[in-house]
Amino acid sequence: MASVSVRAGGGGGRGLLARPTATDGFWSWFTTVDHKKIGILYGITSFAFFIVGGSEALLIRLQLARPDQNILKPSVYNEIFTMHGITMVFLVVMPLSAAFINYLVPLMIGARDVAFPRLNAFSYWVFLAGGLFIYSSWFLGGAPNGGWFGYAPNSVVDPSRGMTFYAIGLIITGIASTVSAVNLAVTILNLRAPGMTLFRMPVFVWMSLVVQLLLAFSLPIITVGLVELLFDRRFGTHFFDPAAGGDPVLWQHLFWLFGHPEVYILVLPAMGIVSEILPVFSRKPLFGYQFVVFSGIAIGFIGFGVWAHHMFAVGLGPVANTAFGISTMIIGVPTGVKIFNWLGTMWKGDIRFTTPMLFAVGFVAMFVIGGLSGVTHAVVPSDYQQTDTYYIVAHFHYVLFGGAIFGLFGGMYYWWPKVFGRMLNEKVGKLHFWMMLIGFNLTFGPMHILGLQGMPRRIQSYPASLGLDFWNLVSSIGAFTIALSVLIFIVNAVSSFRKPKGMEADPWDARTLEWSTSSPPPEYNFEEVPVVYSLDELWRRKYAETEGGRVVPVVAGGSGTQEHLTESAGHGGGHGIHLPGPSYFPVLASIGFPVLGYGIIFSWPLAVAGVVVLLAGLYGWALEPSAE
Amino acid sequence: MRKKTRLLLGAGALLLVAAACAPNATQSSLDPQGPYARKSYDLFIPVFWVAVTIFVLVEGALLLIAIKYRHRKGRDKIPPQIHGNTRLEIAWTILPALILAGVAVPTVTTIFDLARKPAGEVMNVHVLGHQWWWEFDYPGQQIITANEMHIPTGIPIYVTLCSVGSGYQQGIGAPSDCQPGPPDGQPPAAVGNAVIHSFWVPELAGTQDVVPGRANTLLLQADHPGTYTGQCKEFCGLSHAYMKFTVVSQTPDDFAAWVRGQQADAAAPTTGSLAATGMNEFVNGACIACHAIQGVEDPNGNALVQDGGPNLTHFASRSCFAGCMMPTNEENLKKWLEDPPAVKAGSWMPDYGLTPQQIDALAAYLLTLT
Repeated sequence: MASVSVRAGGGGGRGLLARPTATDGFWSWFTTVDHKKIGILYGITSFAFFIVGGSEALLIRLQLARPDQNILKPSVYNEIFTMHGITMVFLVVMPLSAAFINYLVPLMIGARDVAFPRLNAFSYWVFLAGGLFIYSSWFLGGAPNGGWFGYAPNSVVDPSRGMTFYAIGLIITGIASTVSAVNLAVTILNLRAPGMTLFRMPVFVWMSLVVQLLLAFSLPIITVGLVELLFDRRFGTHFFDPAAGGDPVLWQHLFWLFGHPEVYILVLPAMGIVSEILPVFSRKPLFGYQFVVFSGIAIGFIGFGVWAHHMFAVGLGPVANTAFGISTMIIGVPTGVKIFNWLGTMWKGDIRFTTPMLFAVGFVAMFVIGGLSGVTHAVVPSDYQQTDTYYIVAHFHYVLFGGAIFGLFGGMYYWWPKVFGRMLNEKVGKLHFWMMLIGFNLTFGPMHILGLQGMPRRIQSYPASLGLDFWNLVSSIGAFTIALSVLIFIVNAVSSFRKPKGMEADPWDARTLEWSTSSPPPEYNFEEVPVVYSLDELWRRKYAETEGGRVVPVVAGGSGTQEHLTESAGHGGGHGIHLPGPSYFPVLASIGFPVLGYGIIFSWPLAVAGVVVLLAGLYGWALEPSAE
Repeated sequence: MRKKTRLLLGAGALLLVAAACAPNATQSSLDPQGPYARKSYDLFIPVFWVAVTIFVLVEGALLLIAIKYRHRKGRDKIPPQIHGNTRLEIAWTILPALILAGVAVPTVTTIFDLARKPAGEVMNVHVLGHQWWWEFDYPGQQIITANEMHIPTGIPIYVTLCSVGSGYQQGIGAPSDCQPGPPDGQPPAAVGNAVIHSFWVPELAGTQDVVPGRANTLLLQADHPGTYTGQCKEFCGLSHAYMKFTVVSQTPDDFAAWVRGQQADAAAPTTGSLAATGMNEFVNGACIACHAIQGVEDPNGNALVQDGGPNLTHFASRSCFAGCMMPTNEENLKKWLEDPPAVKAGSWMPDYGLTPQQIDALAAYLLTLT
């Protein structure tokens, strides 16, 4: 193969700080702008938060395992369930999806990096800063305790500092997501390899694009709400105070107008992952590619028109409830289309039940349940009973755990060899899957019954007289089963690093471009930018159809299609590959946000210091060339 | 492998048996006891079975495909690369849409049905949500009570829901516009915040949120005399879990008798009894800052004014107190008077540092208020 010269870093002395030079080793992680390293950082960070958020879930299940318990007193319980929700939504599923999107999208579209590599690093560090900022509230006057939904006026009048941390912290993570959304959307639209038309993009890339657009349009709405909440709490404004002409329902509209697209932000990446895994292990292309793509776009679009189904009991009136009930039913249609196409993909395939495939099939099976219970909420009068009960808790965990988390775990098993050059153990992986599937259904299945039998959400305890103890106990046992399965995964992950590195490029006989480069990929992704001739480009390079319609491997050196294997768009014009150099400035600038946040809560000079740090970071960044 | 499957199935069956032995839920939306709860239920059950059918079909297809097309050892033929089928796509777009349209029709009619105030006779009740207890104000009967709501069977109860807090001064027949805050411009007293609650008696009706600044309404009705429990469903702060209430439905005659009892002034304790000492403690202590008892006067000879705390005129007639966190009895009452926030997190009634003698007397007095 041709030798490739890579130019990165270089240690030039321009700008505020001397340019960092390290491209490996511990400190390189702080200055890296490589989308793959940033993807790994997102992955590790969000998994760490997953452990924390999961532990919070275990505390909740411990408290609710038996009636009339007081293991967690109400004040602590309210903090725990609030932090569980905030953590899992904003610090686990969103960034874990971001990990996959960051790592995979450039590889899948045949790019060397994202469009704005330093901005990418900035997104990660701002996200981490926001997450740590929210968690620091435990030590600085109490964690948020008004629910992840933060309904005003309760979130305004609560005397602890928690909800102020909530407002500022989510504004910070929102900045991270907005920046990243713009970056990734531009990457997908502008950096595709020659021949990679929009309809040759893998479905995962499509779903990533839809998610970035959803983020870009929905985050500003919650940001408006959060700023108003912050002003109500900190500066005595009255946006949500009816006694002064405000309206508490305004918060709910702002929150759910973001919050419902957010559900699709959480689940569409997992749908994309599943749409990659199912074809590979069925050895068939995705059934109805265009329909899967269009239904994803439709879900994203209609997702902006269903928010008030979270508010059927608020008293918006029968006309509004009818409109939102019907729009919610409509969104079930494209969701169903996806499920049928996944079944169609497996149909007549040659299905190998590897661990990623098990998780993908588990996703489909569990998501069906979440989708069906979702339809029962669209039946508004039936939702009058179910809203704010454990039936809802069951429903959205089937969507976000049975859906998103199963999909993301499937993705981890699938792309682990690509990212780390080592396989996860298949036997242990299967044990992990079955245990998680059983634990998951034990935990959340009974919650349907509990909700219908009258158990409201967010209650710290319930009396024995309600007759709810049996299913609560089952649910708690299930939660600890899930915890055990996650432990098994951790053991699997850690022990995979004991194996020697040295994975072939394409261990699964996959279909998309990321498998055409080495495992792990080099810093520059592809020695030569690939040229794309079809959907499932890698498969096309490996297999051809005979005149009789049989699919046969392309024989090396034999067939006429062989030439495509080496097709490329050249070596970067003969002067090596340009990669952006590492930089201190993204991490420096990101530190400014939490300092500013603490300043708003505690002292104005600190806030000024935060702004100074932020501006210094941005100033140095602006002066620094992208590469020396 | 077979053994494992059998073990799993066995464990599943055991679980179901255990479930059958579990006590019946007493606050269940699956056990409607009146026409309005039944409307939700009658819509849920058919939709549930439609969902079950779809569930069985889809999951069954998934299982069948997984078994039939699983990889078999020795097979190296690559399956045909099928890219899709437009007719199938159209079919599985239209079919679910038709099913959903079928579900939408009864949904919409029921939404409007439930939103309509019935033409015939109704009984109005104002339900006031406090942090964290419920107050029931009967404008037609001129009575006000807390924690335990009484209704007659057979007629619709038209409930107006208000969130109150911060010094809202209730008299009998509170205003129905639900505007929180003092009507006379006085500074609010620290007796809870007006936040969002949600009123829910699953056996009698679906939920309706109680939103500050809005007067939402809800219809409920019980077929038969009985006792039904309910509780706040929207997270409303520290003791959200302990904001419960009881609905007692009675025959119209029993209800009328209850109303007469509630309209009467509080019973005066026997002179020289412990209860009389308690009444003395009550009117000379901090109690009257928030609580009123009809027929009792303060040291200056004025009628007591209720300001933020429950009206205690017929306290002992109610089966439970403190947001129905506890049954009304001497032991619980004493525990409560000793240190309310220790019993109920965040209670707006503070620990007044009452002596055991004062507590005994107050408890004795309050328990005479039947």
